[in-house]
Amino acid sequence: MIAETGHFALVLALAVACIQATVPLAGARRGRAAWMAVAGPASALQFLLIGLAFAALLHGYVTSDFSLVNVASNSHTDKPMLYKVAGVWGNHEGSLLLWVTILALFGLGVTLFGRILPPGLKARALAVQAMISIGFLLFLLLTSNPFQRLDPPPFNGNGLNPMLQDPGLAFHPPMLYLGYVGFSMAFSFAIAALLEGRVDAAWARWVRPWTLAAWVLLTGGILLGSWWAYYTLGWGGWWYWDPVENASLMPWLAGTALLHSAIVVEKRDALKSWTILLAIITFGLSLLGTFLVRSGVLTSVHAFATDPARGAFILLLLVLAVGGSLTLYAVRAPTMKLGGLFAPISREGALLFNNVLMSTGAATVLLGTLYPLIADALGLGKISVGPPFFNSVFLPLMVPMVVVMALAPMMAWKRGDLGGVLGRMRLVGLIAVLVAAGTWQLQGGSAGPWWSAAGFGLATWLGLGTLADLAERIRLFQAPVQAPFRALALPRSTWGMILAHFGLALFIVGLTASGAWTTESVQIQKIGETVTIAGYQVTLKAVEAVPGPNYIARRGHFTISRNGVEMAEMSPEKRAYQTPPRPITTAAIRSGVTGDLYVVIGDPDPKGGEAAGYITRLYFNPCIPWLWAGGLLLMVGGLISLADRRYRVGVPARAARATET
Amino acid sequence: MRRALYLLPVLVFVGLTGLFLKGLTLDPREIPSVLINRPVPEMALPPLPGRGEDSGLASADLKGQVSVVNIYGSWCIACLQEHPTLLALKARGEVPIHGIDWRDDPAQGAAWLAKHGDPYQRVGSDPAPGRTAIDFGVTGAPESFIIDREGVIRYKHVGPITPENWRKTLLPIIRELEKR
Repeated sequence: MIAETGHFALVLALAVACIQATVPLAGARRGRAAWMAVAGPASALQFLLIGLAFAALLHGYVTSDFSLVNVASNSHTDKPMLYKVAGVWGNHEGSLLLWVTILALFGLGVTLFGRILPPGLKARALAVQAMISIGFLLFLLLTSNPFQRLDPPPFNGNGLNPMLQDPGLAFHPPMLYLGYVGFSMAFSFAIAALLEGRVDAAWARWVRPWTLAAWVLLTGGILLGSWWAYYTLGWGGWWYWDPVENASLMPWLAGTALLHSAIVVEKRDALKSWTILLAIITFGLSLLGTFLVRSGVLTSVHAFATDPARGAFILLLLVLAVGGSLTLYAVRAPTMKLGGLFAPISREGALLFNNVLMSTGAATVLLGTLYPLIADALGLGKISVGPPFFNSVFLPLMVPMVVVMALAPMMAWKRGDLGGVLGRMRLVGLIAVLVAAGTWQLQGGSAGPWWSAAGFGLATWLGLGTLADLAERIRLFQAPVQAPFRALALPRSTWGMILAHFGLALFIVGLTASGAWTTESVQIQKIGETVTIAGYQVTLKAVEAVPGPNYIARRGHFTISRNGVEMAEMSPEKRAYQTPPRPITTAAIRSGVTGDLYVVIGDPDPKGGEAAGYITRLYFNPCIPWLWAGGLLLMVGGLISLADRRYRVGVPARAARATET
Repeated sequence: MRRALYLLPVLVFVGLTGLFLKGLTLDPREIPSVLINRPVPEMALPPLPGRGEDSGLASADLKGQVSVVNIYGSWCIACLQEHPTLLALKARGEVPIHGIDWRDDPAQGAAWLAKHGDPYQRVGSDPAPGRTAIDFGVTGAPESFIIDREGVIRYKHVGPITPENWRKTLLPIIRELEKR
């Protein structure tokens, strides 16, 4: 009964969305306030109904109602409660329901926080939100009903894929979706602006915090996914250029560009048409990710149960949403009023330069991701595109971007003084070159890859450059006594920028070091045997069987010593899950400033059995903690910027000015 | 000229859409199986308990007649979904269907058949780690293979058999092989 209620609520939500997509739009066109006002209550009602449907499916999982196909194929009574709940979005239908729930939540957000928005803009944006909602509700109801019954119900469920039974992964999809769907806000406002034919600073000031929030959440989602891959796949890597990873990286890159170009719109009233295009592209890439994962056009470790009928449906949605909005853009954007002009050497110019590099980066990732499909479609055979392509095409594009990134915040708006900025960065540049040379020396010249020196130099340039910018803003060297007060008085958005840019510098250190100098040792290790890796002596002391809630683990006990002094114990596991039967590796990781010691236990020696020893894999991954710290700083920077007071007091500016005149 | 520039994004998108349309008709998972047109792997799988002494599955059993080998397991929900179709096919008697109870406790595999009906002529038990199924190139359950009279694998079907894909794909291949 509860499941049927959920199903019915979805149908009602579809009806409400149809009203929300049409009446306010017509009202905005004819200037009828009452029609436009329909959007608010409609978005609230839509959220209630979709939320009810989500709660109904959640109830099915929590009570293990195996008469639902969805629950029976993805849950099991033995599963811990956390994973019963996470099971809701651990499958195609449920994750789609989560998608529309979040979409409705954002719609509600516009209604709740958007009281001061111009009514026409608000009505149009909510109508566009409702159109997206209609598309996805139809998709759910017609092709992927999560409330389908199974008769007779099985005695127990199939269990959630054990790979997904992990706290990191339980929260990875919702966060990622909050990011993807969050970009729908920028999209809806971009379409509304195109319909209105007007983009101004107030528009940018409204769009920016939502984009920033979505960006922070997407960053978090990607980080959680990488972190999970790092400690659970047991290969010591954290990024694999898998199509679905790329599907999350592309909107991230486009979203980062959008974030920065929206600053130019807000502060300088320029780059308006480009910002609108980026908003469309960012959300379009989010939708594309959904299409790639669920249609079966590409193979990926993440692929959901795929079905060409579903693929065709999402493609139709993609064509309507992205094709429609790009057409609208082609028609309306040329008629929009051009904004402020600026010289190529200026802060706007630097931001635009990096915008273009970011977008090109996203385009190369798109090309690499789709290339297997292109080759297959043209009959060139089945191929796969791996890390070498991305490393040699995408990463070099990011080099000039990072170089300019350190300079841009120091440049003046409108017309910058490149000579002056470079003069102030002279010392930073010198140190960066010294660090690069030192890195080259320390790794023994060509004993390591050449780019490690470049990476460290680049990270130094960005990190110190950002700090130099901060020092200059607070006049640290001119007036050191007042500097701390000046630091406190800096706008939060400035602090956000400094932290995020510095975070990227840390990230580059981790990326470079772990890519260049990871050491690995795979062997059969007997109980009591010691293996040395990166100066650590790793001894296998014992192996025992440990029962978990729905698995049996083989746990290895290792002691770690350095120069004969015992310093730690590490216990990696290999778990055998029963439902569905599948082995899962859980690595033991010991983090330090210089890097992670990473220990994995495998099966007994295939020939000699347990007496002959166990397969163990040991890694030393240099500077990996820098990478996570850098990623976290990106998020923290975003959050602090989000707390800037001009988002709270600045938005009514347009309304206030309108009443004055 | 400036207007044309604004058209560029939508043109790129049209190209991508064409690519995706084509992509939907292709299956990247359909890796041309190296085992197609090769003899079935050497095997002599024991029978399930309670299904008779001589009801196991060996390579020699697959010669002399076109047949279907279906990979299942009592743990597999999609197999339950496919099951009514297999039972209906057995009732029609068009082609013998043999089963491999894959990565399963033989007793559970037998109990599952007793409960839901038994569409198979022969069933071999291939408990974990399921070596024989791996030799067949199985990637998951259910999967079905069409074997010709000489005991050569001619077709691999991934996922549940439905009345529709049976009629459209599998049966024509079987008819063709029977004519040879």
